[in-house]
Amino acid sequence: METLLALILVPPLLGAALNGIWGRRFSRPLVAAAGCGAAGLSMVMALLAASAYTRAASTAPWIHTYFTWIHSGTFHADFALWYDRLTLVMTCTVTVVAFLIHVYSVGYMEHEGGFYRFFCYLNLFLFMMLLLVTAANYPLMFVGWEGVGLCSYLLIGFYFAKRSASDAGKKAFIVTRIGDAGFTVGVALLFWSLGSVDFSDVFGRVAALPPGEMQGTLTAVGVLLFLGAVGKSAQIPLYVWLPDAMEGPTPVSALIHAATMVTAGVYMVARSNVLYAHAPLALALVAATGGVTAFFSATIAVCQNDLKRMLAYSTISQIGYMFLGCGAAIFASGIFHLMTHACFKALLFLSAGSVMHAMSGELDMRKMGGLRRRMKTTWLTFLAATLAISGIPMFSGFFSKDEILAAAYNGPLGRHWLYWLGTVTAGLTAFYMFRGLFLTFHGPSRVPPELEPHVHESGRLMTGPLIVLAVFSVAAGYVSWPRALGGQEAFDRYLDPVFAASQEFVRSLVAAPAPGRLTNFSLMALSFVAALAGLGAAYWLYLASPGLPGRLAARVGWLYRLVANKYYVDEIYNALIVNPIRVASEKLLWQDIDAGLIDGGLVEGAAEVAAEVGGGLRRLQSGNIRSYAAWVLLGAVVWFGYVLLNR
Amino acid sequence: MMAFQSVDTIRILPEIILSAFAILVMVLEPWVAARKSALGWLSLAGVIAAALATLKTAGSPGLAFGGSVSADGFSLFFVDLFLAIAALCLLGSIHYLERDRVHHGEYYALILLATVGACFMAASTDLIMIFIGLEISSISTYILAGFKRQELASNEASLKYFLLGSFATAFFLYGVALVYGLTGTTNLLRLREQAGGSPGAALAALALILMFVGLAFKVSSAPFQVWTPDVYQGAPAPVTAFLSTAPKAAAFAVLLRIFAGSLAGSGPVSFWVLWISAVLTMTVGNLAAIWQSNVKRLLAYSSIAHAGYVLVGITAGGAEGVSSVLFYLAGYALMNVGAFILVAHLAGRGERRVDVADYTALAAARPSAAALLTVFLVSLAGFPGTVGFFAKFYVFRAAVHAHLIGLVTIALLNSVVSVYYYLKIVVAMYMGEGETGVSAAAMPNALRAAVVLSVAGIFYLGLYPAPLLAALARIPKPGL
Repeated sequence: METLLALILVPPLLGAALNGIWGRRFSRPLVAAAGCGAAGLSMVMALLAASAYTRAASTAPWIHTYFTWIHSGTFHADFALWYDRLTLVMTCTVTVVAFLIHVYSVGYMEHEGGFYRFFCYLNLFLFMMLLLVTAANYPLMFVGWEGVGLCSYLLIGFYFAKRSASDAGKKAFIVTRIGDAGFTVGVALLFWSLGSVDFSDVFGRVAALPPGEMQGTLTAVGVLLFLGAVGKSAQIPLYVWLPDAMEGPTPVSALIHAATMVTAGVYMVARSNVLYAHAPLALALVAATGGVTAFFSATIAVCQNDLKRMLAYSTISQIGYMFLGCGAAIFASGIFHLMTHACFKALLFLSAGSVMHAMSGELDMRKMGGLRRRMKTTWLTFLAATLAISGIPMFSGFFSKDEILAAAYNGPLGRHWLYWLGTVTAGLTAFYMFRGLFLTFHGPSRVPPELEPHVHESGRLMTGPLIVLAVFSVAAGYVSWPRALGGQEAFDRYLDPVFAASQEFVRSLVAAPAPGRLTNFSLMALSFVAALAGLGAAYWLYLASPGLPGRLAARVGWLYRLVANKYYVDEIYNALIVNPIRVASEKLLWQDIDAGLIDGGLVEGAAEVAAEVGGGLRRLQSGNIRSYAAWVLLGAVVWFGYVLLNR
Repeated sequence: MMAFQSVDTIRILPEIILSAFAILVMVLEPWVAARKSALGWLSLAGVIAAALATLKTAGSPGLAFGGSVSADGFSLFFVDLFLAIAALCLLGSIHYLERDRVHHGEYYALILLATVGACFMAASTDLIMIFIGLEISSISTYILAGFKRQELASNEASLKYFLLGSFATAFFLYGVALVYGLTGTTNLLRLREQAGGSPGAALAALALILMFVGLAFKVSSAPFQVWTPDVYQGAPAPVTAFLSTAPKAAAFAVLLRIFAGSLAGSGPVSFWVLWISAVLTMTVGNLAAIWQSNVKRLLAYSSIAHAGYVLVGITAGGAEGVSSVLFYLAGYALMNVGAFILVAHLAGRGERRVDVADYTALAAARPSAAALLTVFLVSLAGFPGTVGFFAKFYVFRAAVHAHLIGLVTIALLNSVVSVYYYLKIVVAMYMGEGETGVSAAAMPNALRAAVVLSVAGIFYLGLYPAPLLAALARIPKPGL
């Protein structure tokens, strides 16, 4: 088992090394084979591990320590991996989606430079992501956490010659760093208060605490860790980097900025469920942040004309749902949505990439339309994903989103206002997704004439993964047939060994919320109505009477401008944070303190002194052997004299 | 008394194997007229065989040859270190000698013999044996420094090294003679037993200082460092790689055996001698390095500075100090050998391209060479993630634990200064505009293997220092 676990991680690392070191000299097929082979091998290992773990009788986690990583005083961290049912779900989701995206990339990046560099980063990313989800202590998890951040930065800025791309990379790096600072402080606080950063120690000790004990500290830890999640998973107020991250190649958006890395925050919260169970206040913050972000970014998505940016805001919104589910203390619902979302959002991005491929890089939906006739497979797969994300019954998103909404309504920490916010968001989701579908694939063609002849369906390497993901997008929901329809929510029951204790603990801790009058079935029906309403509105506005949106926008001009400009959040951040910092750094820190005081006074002063002394020393270095010998003798005499005098 | 036992040979088996290969190389030299590189590979095989033999030696630790040689964890660590240095230098030399048309088999034999000498220095527990090891190593390296006999600079380096080296060795030998005169023995173990009564304390102090001067010369500790820049600059660069690591580490091993071990009784005096030496050495090395525009000379001063950091660890003393010194020497060997053999390659035929200005824009022309050199330089500067960081960290930590706050402060300021001149090269490589001056030849495979191995070692020890540290902590330290 020990080897099998490690073998999940090793292939992508080897793949990255192979392409990183020799990739430049490899032929393209060889680069592709190494990259995809590594991802595929990792997937096979993940599936083997899953089957081995499932066959084992115990539901206790496997914990394997490979070697001592850091040992300093009382601080101890091993290179140790942790495998339980949550890890199982994560590794399988990550490797399967990653493998498909690797294959797709071979077709997508066909005409691009830096082919080997791309696969090297992509493999490295996969390794880091797997490390993140299999780590058995917080520091090691943090290595993966920062590693995926690094790969994300490298891949957003993949077209580094393009100014906007390298800027976007930097923005992502800096904004997530703010969250990471919180994460590190959180881990430090954890070590300070519990004396360990090992999952088994920390969770064991916290689970044994009586209710209410150490609640203050654990709440602080929970909030700080969540700050890291807010940065990494692009939630309010640190979401601004994700839309810009769409500058990266589309497979990267699909893998990193939709399916895997950005959901790392959700995984972290779910993994730390024991901690959060003892910090209900922090958990409530998670739920509220998730719910508000889900709604807020869904409204922005409504007014986006750039296909990928719309999907980016949609991703932010969907991750908000996941946090809402976790925050309501039904952790399994968040993970369930994470899994289905990985399938359909990856599919949406890959389909968008296929469109982009056909349109020579054009992403403005106002210049599309009618593409379904020319790109049948892409249209059908995009449709499947749209149905899934909109929560149309019997598609995967329907099952997972309804679990979250039910959690928001009757979960231990559920709040009715969060439920209603979530339901409205569901309607908005259906609206903007179908708007995107209609604008892109339906209606009359608005494709510029010069692009028209170029429009074509993508090759097999790209459509193949699309079809597989489409199957998953439809089917992934069936692993958890809802209670409202007489099911057992099997997926949630499967994760019970990980989550059930925390869930019950929270339930015992907080006063039971006033029982709502809505049954599970009516909740489901309501969200379905919301989705239908969104779908209908989109149909009416964008297919039936296409002139209406313009008139509507003109009527409520200020509101439209506000939303279309993304509530001016970037501008506000620039005015309130970025510019003051820039001015302060330029004027005060750079010109006055650094250039004036430190450089002028201290550094140059020190450098002058150092240079003077060094120059003097240099003169001693005459090259004359007799003077050298004299030095040796003089040194010996001085030493001897010193010793004699001080005896 | 000198009853010979077969186990004695096992305890010096690595040295025996190296010597046998050295002789074999010299015997075969006339027979391989055209393919001298075969001798290089043969020598490498010898080094590997010796490395395997250390496993056998480790299996039967103990004293050999009447207590004059000790096969213990301490000496085996150094033997392995010297073998690694020799292997890397051999890999880095083969194409160098070919390129600069000085391909003679004696080179390999001399490297092997110099390694044997270094091994004996580290393993001996008798001052006479130490002296013999010192001489074997020194004489081999004197010749190696002048191996490019057509070149004036190489000749000058050899002569300077020889004259000053002999001068300094004389100090050491005179110290040994005084010790024998005072105590009637040259055996360090017996000296330790007698350490209680000290007849003729002034003479004992003189003996100690004389031996210290001899060793300080070898480790290029100030004020005995004057020869270092000239010799390191003039000697062929792969030889410099060897010179700046193996004999230096051997001399440190002897310093540890004598000062941390047998003669530790001399108290605060030797403490302050070490303290002042450490401060002088690192300061002189770093301040002078700032001025250098020749990369070899810059690295020579840098190696002086590093000797200063090692002396910080020796000053700290105790088990922790000694462990940190051993770790430092291992890490230092990786980065310094790597840097010098890479510089040897980049300098081109006749080593003409050794100016910092020649490295301008190297990253654009030769990205992998620039990246590798950057690793060596940032490791020398002590950046986290590389072994250079942990090497300094553990030495400084040992010093803090020994309450040497002032010394650590000076050392930290010194390492700040050092960043300037290491990064000067990196800046030239990555940010400089224009044509690069260094050789555009592709890296030969043997050299590439050596450089990549060193880089791998630098990162391995820079990220997971724990296994080596744990092993070093288990080694019994001489005299403790």
